[in-house]
Amino acid sequence: MEAALGLMRRMPPRHSETTLSALLSLLPGHSSDLLSQVDLPLQVSSDVVSGQKFILCEYNRDADSYRSPWSNKYHPPLEDAPYPSSKLRQLEIEANDIFTVYCDQYYEGGISSVYMWEDDNEGFVACFLVKKDGSKTGQGRRGYLEEGTWDAIHVIEVGPDEEVTRYCLTSTVMLSLTTDDVSSGTFSLSGSIRRQMNMNLPVADGHLSNMGKMIEELEGKLRNSLDQVYFGKTREMVCTLRPSNEVVHMSLPSS
Amino acid sequence: MAEEETELSDQQKKGIAKWFLINAPAGEIQYVAKDLKSVLKDDDVYNEAAAVAFPIYNKSHLIYLKMPGGYGDVLVTPYGELQDNEYLDPKTAQVVIVDHVKQVCKRVRPATDEELPSPYIEEYRYALEAELLKYAAEAYPKGSCAVYCTNGKDVEGPGSDFELVVVISAARNSPHNFCNGSWRAIWNIEFRDDIQVLELKGKCQVGAHYFEEGNVQLDAKRECRDSTMFQGPDDTATAVVHLIRRHENEYMASLEGSYFDLSDNTFKELRRKLPVTRTLFPWHNTMQFNLKREIAEELRIGELHDIKRA
Repeated sequence: MEAALGLMRRMPPRHSETTLSALLSLLPGHSSDLLSQVDLPLQVSSDVVSGQKFILCEYNRDADSYRSPWSNKYHPPLEDAPYPSSKLRQLEIEANDIFTVYCDQYYEGGISSVYMWEDDNEGFVACFLVKKDGSKTGQGRRGYLEEGTWDAIHVIEVGPDEEVTRYCLTSTVMLSLTTDDVSSGTFSLSGSIRRQMNMNLPVADGHLSNMGKMIEELEGKLRNSLDQVYFGKTREMVCTLRPSNEVVHMSLPSS
Repeated sequence: MAEEETELSDQQKKGIAKWFLINAPAGEIQYVAKDLKSVLKDDDVYNEAAAVAFPIYNKSHLIYLKMPGGYGDVLVTPYGELQDNEYLDPKTAQVVIVDHVKQVCKRVRPATDEELPSPYIEEYRYALEAELLKYAAEAYPKGSCAVYCTNGKDVEGPGSDFELVVVISAARNSPHNFCNGSWRAIWNIEFRDDIQVLELKGKCQVGAHYFEEGNVQLDAKRECRDSTMFQGPDDTATAVVHLIRRHENEYMASLEGSYFDLSDNTFKELRRKLPVTRTLFPWHNTMQFNLKREIAEELRIGELHDIKRA
């Protein structure tokens, strides 16, 4: 299992789906372990009732059907499928509405879905998902990208309602972007990172506000570390391979 | 435990194993191999896959290996390949026998006359190599380069076309810093005797991988063409290396440009640093809005300040 995760960490992120399906076929006994520890690019479907797009993931799946957050219906229809309680569903509806606005503001487009379910400890779990196609044929506003995808998965465990409630957030971002033109050729970056954040927050501020602020903060941090740290390190590597004349000192020591 | 999945055939496992090895990032095939072995738990399948995959990987990554006897490095490239596991090192006119899976040179022997180009071609090849070595030492702190004759190596004098290939390969492995990378350049130089012109076709490929608590990879490629006059060996060498230097400098600058554009332009296409309103999302006010449209309208008519202040 450790070796399998080692391979996930080494193989090109662009091929993460192929890597995972190869590992699943080599290690059929570990499939649930693998699926729970490895995130894959999100899939999208259309709600037949409302016509809106919604995101498919493990958290809205039962058998081969997926529940849409818009109509609360399973696609394809499924009998005896699980639903959140009506109180939680109310929160889920609100969360979906507000998260759509959040996405408009940060993503200038993109598809979002929020799913919630009760957990065994009298609390609940919420999953906030965003998928954005930023390519010039997708929803890229400026037409810079030949290809560009961003998938964000935020899973937040909320403890039982107390005056101060515990929130545990795990966020994953997967992205790939490619620019292509004659003078500079193809330039492509892809990757994924995952981080956690735990907070105790007053329940009086409202679950949505508490969860939303945490997600906004961690998502911002992930974006920033991809931009500054991860992309920065690959750039540093390129400059080590072929230093520009004006660069005198490189910070990467050779091994 | 009974598994529903049908067991894969050895052939299928071998195919998967090859895929992992061939697609390993620069400098990481041995790490991938180690993990793969413990996932496969089948040494026969692994060994068969490795025997096929390593030579492919080594040649496409243009790896360089230390030659025994202090002769320096030899490049493993399709252009120097004589037969299975035998590679010509044009610099020292030797042939190395390579263990692909261990990625080491096993033996060295002098090249035979048939394996080397004619004196006429060698004059051009040697002059280009000398000029290239100077440039590569300057531009690539760690790396290796070579000039091969891939076409017309037995041409005895003026009157016929021939082709040389310049290979530059620079790699850095910093596993302790969770970072590996490689720069590979291949330049085909066609010597057109009839029109007294040299046609250059270049391909640069750059990869970098950073994997501390994540997995982010750069994959960049650029092709270009150029041409120059067919002259004597030394003048030709100077002109060709001048062109290579210019194009590679240009490429380096354009890579820097792509990185420069990232933060402010390219990355914004996926997600902005700040919302369109340039202030954090007003979550603390979400409780009083039930409909997204209301929020959207509030924001649009510029009441954000009031919301913020409230």
